[in-house]
Amino acid sequence: MHAFDYVRAKDLSGAITSGSRPAAKFVAGGTNLIDLMKSEVERPAHLVDINGLGLAAVERVPGGIRIGALARMNDVALHPLVQQGFPAISQALLASASPQLRNMASIGGNLMQRTRCTYFRELTFAPCNKRDPGSGCAAMEGENRTHAVLGTSSSCIATHPSDLAVVLAALDAVITLHGRDGERKVMATDFHLLPGSTPHVEHALRHGEVITAVFVPDAAHASHSSYLKVRDRSEFEFALASAAVGLELSGGTIRSARVALGGVGTKPWRSREAERALIGKSPATATFRDAAEAALTGAIPHEQNRFKIELAKRTLVRSLTDLAGGAA
Amino acid sequence: MIPIIGEPHDRVDGRQKVTGEARYAAENNLPNLAYAVLVTSTIPAGSIAAIDAAAAKSAPGVISVISHLNAPKLPDTGGQQQESNAAEHHHMPFSDDSVHYVGQAVAAVVADTFEHATHAAGLVRVNYRPTPARIVMEEHRSDAKERQGNAPATFSKGDAEGALASAPVKVDQVYRIPYEHHNQMEPHALVAAWDGDRLTVHDSAQNIFTTRQTLAKAFGVPTESVRVMSPFVGGAFGSKGSAWPHVFIAVMAARMVRRPVKIALTRRQAYFSNGHRPLTEQRVALGATADGKLVAMIHEGIGQTNTVCDYVEGFTSPTRSMYATPNVRVAHRVVELDLPSPTYMRAPGENPGMYALESAMDEMAYALKIDPIQLRVLNHADDDPANGKPWSSKSIKECYAQGAERFGWPRRTSEPRSMRDGRQLIGLGMASATYPSHRAPASARAVMHRDGNVDVSSGTHEMGMGTATVMAQLAAETLGVPFERVTFRYGDTTLPRAPISAGSLTVASVGSAVFAASSQLKRKVIDLATADASSPLNGTDPNDIDAADGKLTLKSDPSRGEAYAAILRRHYLDTMDAAADEKPEPNDPYSARAFGAVFAEVGVDPDLGIVRVRRIVAAFAGGRILNAKTARSQYHGGIIQGIGMALLEQTHLDRNLGAFTNVNLAENLVPVNADVRSIDVILVPEDDPHVNPIGAKGIGEIGIVGVAPAIANAVYHATGKRVRDLPITIEKLL
Ligand SMILES: Cc1cc2nc3c(=O)[nH]c(=O)nc-3n(C[C@H](O)[C@H](O)[C@H](O)COP(=O)(O)OP(=O)(O)OC[C@H]3O[C@@H](n4cnc5c(N)ncnc54)[C@H](O)[C@@H]3O)c2cc1C
Ligand code: SF4
Repeated sequence: MHAFDYVRAKDLSGAITSGSRPAAKFVAGGTNLIDLMKSEVERPAHLVDINGLGLAAVERVPGGIRIGALARMNDVALHPLVQQGFPAISQALLASASPQLRNMASIGGNLMQRTRCTYFRELTFAPCNKRDPGSGCAAMEGENRTHAVLGTSSSCIATHPSDLAVVLAALDAVITLHGRDGERKVMATDFHLLPGSTPHVEHALRHGEVITAVFVPDAAHASHSSYLKVRDRSEFEFALASAAVGLELSGGTIRSARVALGGVGTKPWRSREAERALIGKSPATATFRDAAEAALTGAIPHEQNRFKIELAKRTLVRSLTDLAGGAA
Repeated sequence: MIPIIGEPHDRVDGRQKVTGEARYAAENNLPNLAYAVLVTSTIPAGSIAAIDAAAAKSAPGVISVISHLNAPKLPDTGGQQQESNAAEHHHMPFSDDSVHYVGQAVAAVVADTFEHATHAAGLVRVNYRPTPARIVMEEHRSDAKERQGNAPATFSKGDAEGALASAPVKVDQVYRIPYEHHNQMEPHALVAAWDGDRLTVHDSAQNIFTTRQTLAKAFGVPTESVRVMSPFVGGAFGSKGSAWPHVFIAVMAARMVRRPVKIALTRRQAYFSNGHRPLTEQRVALGATADGKLVAMIHEGIGQTNTVCDYVEGFTSPTRSMYATPNVRVAHRVVELDLPSPTYMRAPGENPGMYALESAMDEMAYALKIDPIQLRVLNHADDDPANGKPWSSKSIKECYAQGAERFGWPRRTSEPRSMRDGRQLIGLGMASATYPSHRAPASARAVMHRDGNVDVSSGTHEMGMGTATVMAQLAAETLGVPFERVTFRYGDTTLPRAPISAGSLTVASVGSAVFAASSQLKRKVIDLATADASSPLNGTDPNDIDAADGKLTLKSDPSRGEAYAAILRRHYLDTMDAAADEKPEPNDPYSARAFGAVFAEVGVDPDLGIVRVRRIVAAFAGGRILNAKTARSQYHGGIIQGIGMALLEQTHLDRNLGAFTNVNLAENLVPVNADVRSIDVILVPEDDPHVNPIGAKGIGEIGIVGVAPAIANAVYHATGKRVRDLPITIEKLL
């Protein structure tokens, strides 16, 4: 662990000022950052604690709900506004981590958590372009069972680990950021970046910027949404494949659809191809399978994760089937 | 008489553990303590070219940087097979520049705080001269060799190959178990302190007497000057039976810096330098007559080891004894790779071996179209096929019968994919379990105080098995005093000598010594009373005296008797004591094993490949059960570990780096509560007059045996897919 100093920010502008210093990092629940500091993957010189900023409310705002970036995962999962209007968010959060972690971990931190690729996290001597740009990628020819099949590049095939982010990508959420130049908003689908040749650049946040809130718009497909997570262990494990889906059904037809996949993409994987394959159709297995094929078109497997392509398709078909009321 | 033995007494150390009062090795913060943190190798094979410790040495708080460049050379202390437990005796830490695996300690930084030491350890730069490494076992099959391990490497009788070739029904398959780690809750830690030539070690160990001897040899001091204490162990499962390199390093560092030194390994380090269950690849070939009589059994294969340790995974051990067959051939070999040292892990030998054998038996039952239980009963070994000796006792048929009944086995329809619950495919599977009943020499002492309280002691270990509780129960019942009046002390080499707590031998070994010491003490007090003119028992026959509730009473005239305490008081004795050294009989005419039967029900999602264990029913016969509660808890723990082995556990090995990769508890999966639904353990009563003086067979390990094959067999029954490499993960069922 490397030496660092610690300040507790009193207000947003103080946080932005402290957080804009070189090698400064914000800490919220600390469940991801402290872990990475112990394994020396993260080496901030200044730790800026933002837990005193408030920003923990979940509230109704015109057109949707606003979730404060410092709201804890459990509190959000159990909030009536979330459970009623956005069941997939609640389900994704409850399928994440463990109760202890969810009590500590924040929504902002969840979006910013880093990959679980074991080479990135633990083996500081393994080549890893994300940790050490230009060093290579150990996973490419190594242990890659849990790695991505969508959005990969020749530099990095790590998945984005967040469950919540998958739902936010599906439901057109908007992330509010505050920095020295004031406030800006970024679509959840644009917040996380593809690795390309710069896998160490993971998101649209600028240095010193604070995530302050997440807005999720009301929609029929949001209140009729679900999250299905497939993994080896019953609980307390990241997804091998997951699907966030929302459907608006009327008169036997899918009026609107939202689909995003987790556990298989280098970023939370919104699939507009799958949505197009669903809209205007009647909910049937064949339709769902078409959507799944569309979602996984172009997937690139590596030695150990080939199964994820079929698993992701079946996960999507299953979640659409269940959401549509077992119609298929 | 109040029954004390068998009673489900609460653990005597339970309160200390849940309140945090129990002090574990790393919590011994001695005055002036220094902290050592290891720098570990990043290549699997080669040598150290240079160590640049300049930055580390000048970092805040650093006292010393130790490596092969400045460390004293420790002598070879002998291996696991000898009277020493150095796990890697072919390479003592810092003895030279050689590197044998990733994660080997190549330097240690000693500093005034853990944080300073950790920080400075990150500043040590090590340059290596790598040499080509041997990493993938399958690529080196042809170099497999026989090594003497716990069980002889080979055994044969009759003509197994010939009988197999002509058998009407055959099964011939290869089964594979990956690298797995113990994942015990408490990582390894110790505090070492020298006072002149006297050494005190607070360790987390399951073998303190051998550690004492090993350290005495290594550091050239008399055994009596070394004291090793390990009163609480937060789980071990075999990973703390050996003195691993960090033990020597802490002791060496303490001597070099002249301060007590603590080493507490990180979870990550514990994956590289404290043993694992090695990868094994096992062929089992069975031949049977059409009516299900086994005529040939072959069990052979390879397991990983390395060149610096002696460990051999003796997975063919159970096959020698399990079923009656005229023609048997078994052989297990090792492949030496440039990987960390493997070691014992819960039910070594039997657990991996029974996975292969019991999976093959299930395949044979399908090939023969007979019930899996019936196949096993048909081939029941009435005496031990390995040596022809009679069993001290054997109740496996009762285990099959009681387990099957409780489980509802008759409701099973034998065809694969024939049972469903909604979307789920349901599978029911079973397997046999066995583990040998070992016993080793052990000593104990029992002291009765004038107030009637009793202290019993033996330097054994309490790793969560309930040893402290059952030993107190055993002494209480033998002496006839209330359980609350007995204190059992353990975990300290100043106490009477006890063996390693492994191989499920603690109750049999230490229990026999506690029983003997308590019996002798009782007899001493009885002799005093019967010879005492003022005692109501004066002149009576010692054999006519019973003890209960702290009182001696004449059986033939219960109105005559007096309390232990009264006798001691009248004789102005503060204490009376007795000590016993107990050894197993040489040339035991009996073979002794515990047996059991495990039944598993799984639900499989046929689309998503997810397997969940819905219930486990297991029946075990392990001789006399001293405490039904701690016994159940041992069985439950074994079964849960077995669920993990079947479905989750595997430590991934990167073939390019030669390193384990999922080296934390988030990615190295073990079962969580949600994976463990219903476990129902049946304690099948078994009276064994031969196994040892207390009639208990040892149950710490058999609980895991048979679980993985029962689950794998259930998965086959559910899906029709036979998975022969563990764990049974989603991709294998899609
Ligand atoms: C064992 C384990 C299992 C887990 N399983 C899952 C799982 O199944 N699914 C899942 O989704 N997650 C899982 N997680 C991850 C967990 O959800 C994250 O660790 C957590 O959400 C991070 O939140 P935090 O508040 O603790 O963030 P911190 O650790 O405090 O911070 C993480 C990062 O976010 C930055 N950050 C935090 N808040 C802000 C903000 N408001 N603005 C800008 N930057 C910010 C920090 O600078 C840091 O870089 C698991 C974690 C662990 C340890
Ligand atoms: S997949 Fe990405 S994170 Fe993992 S080793 Fe390769 S570059 Fe690093």
